Amino acid sequence: MHRTGDLYGHFQTLEQQKETATLGMWIFLVTEVLFFGGMFLAYTINRTAFSTAFGIGSNTLDIKLGAGNTVVLIMSSLTMAMAVWSAQVGKKKLVSFFLIATLGLGTVFLGVKAVEYKQKFDHHLIPGRSFDMKYHPTHPMAGDDLKELALEKEEVDKAFAVDPDINFHGQLYFSLYFGMTGLHALHMIIGAGLLLWLIKGSFAGRFTPQYNTPVEIVGLYWHFVDIVWIYLFPLLYLIDRHR
Amino acid sequence: MSEHIVSPKIYIGIFAALMLGTGITVWAAFQNFHQFNIVIALVIATIKATLVVLYFMHARYSSKRTQLVIVCSVFWLAIMLALTLTDYTTRSHETQPGVSHLARPAASHLFRV
Repeated sequence: MHRTGDLYGHFQTLEQQKETATLGMWIFLVTEVLFFGGMFLAYTINRTAFSTAFGIGSNTLDIKLGAGNTVVLIMSSLTMAMAVWSAQVGKKKLVSFFLIATLGLGTVFLGVKAVEYKQKFDHHLIPGRSFDMKYHPTHPMAGDDLKELALEKEEVDKAFAVDPDINFHGQLYFSLYFGMTGLHALHMIIGAGLLLWLIKGSFAGRFTPQYNTPVEIVGLYWHFVDIVWIYLFPLLYLIDRHR
Repeated sequence: MSEHIVSPKIYIGIFAALMLGTGITVWAAFQNFHQFNIVIALVIATIKATLVVLYFMHARYSSKRTQLVIVCSVFWLAIMLALTLTDYTTRSHETQPGVSHLARPAASHLFRV
């Protein structure tokens, strides 16, 4: 394609080019909103129908890890926004610094997610044949708080009395949990790839006050992924916590 | 078009507001507001999301055209949620506890919930 510097031939000015790219990215994000929206819809319908099982499922999640990850992700959004600002004011070294910080925080998020997934395998909470919500309360593991586990057992037993099919309905919760957080994590992995590409460009000094469209566009994507998590955290981790 | 540069001060302010929102969400989840727990959680999440869109994603400083696209995304999402939920909430379900759906043969429960 014909291009002069950073300006592609079918645009007249860099501003027009950036405006077009921003609009295009937002149109893509609309499709993403509806894509995730479908999962939130499935979640809403199932949670309404099987609220006891969803509450028990939610209470097995580690709120400290979840809340910590929320903080990490919002911090990464801040560093991403700062990377855009650095490019706009021409601080090239800061662009690299903030992009690397964003990538680092994103990686921490994914690492914590991996720890959480591992826990679910250990606690027999993966939908399938060995799924059992009674397993963990009756099989304490090293490092478990026994008092808390006894409370959990009491809660699970009570729930079984209300909903004897809780092991079926709980699998719906965990299918949605893995589906939604997994899809979110996939977006994070793609975002990390995009960040690597930006970091490479920033080392080459590509992003300047005149041309920083890629940083801005990837930023839009990264913030969108952050927004998805802003909804996922309360919906998955915070059901029925007050019991 | 003159590019609007959002200052780091605003970014940090928004970040602080988002942190505060996260704190309030966690706190509120441990209080018993009965059926309003979910409402409170969603209101806080929506305020947080709006702040991210307006400031981190620069929607406040974007062109009218871009803003229209953003509003459209919410609008279409609302259509999807509202129309599907009006259907689900007005059908009769056997969702009382103790009535098994998944214990039935594989296909039949799919048409219930």
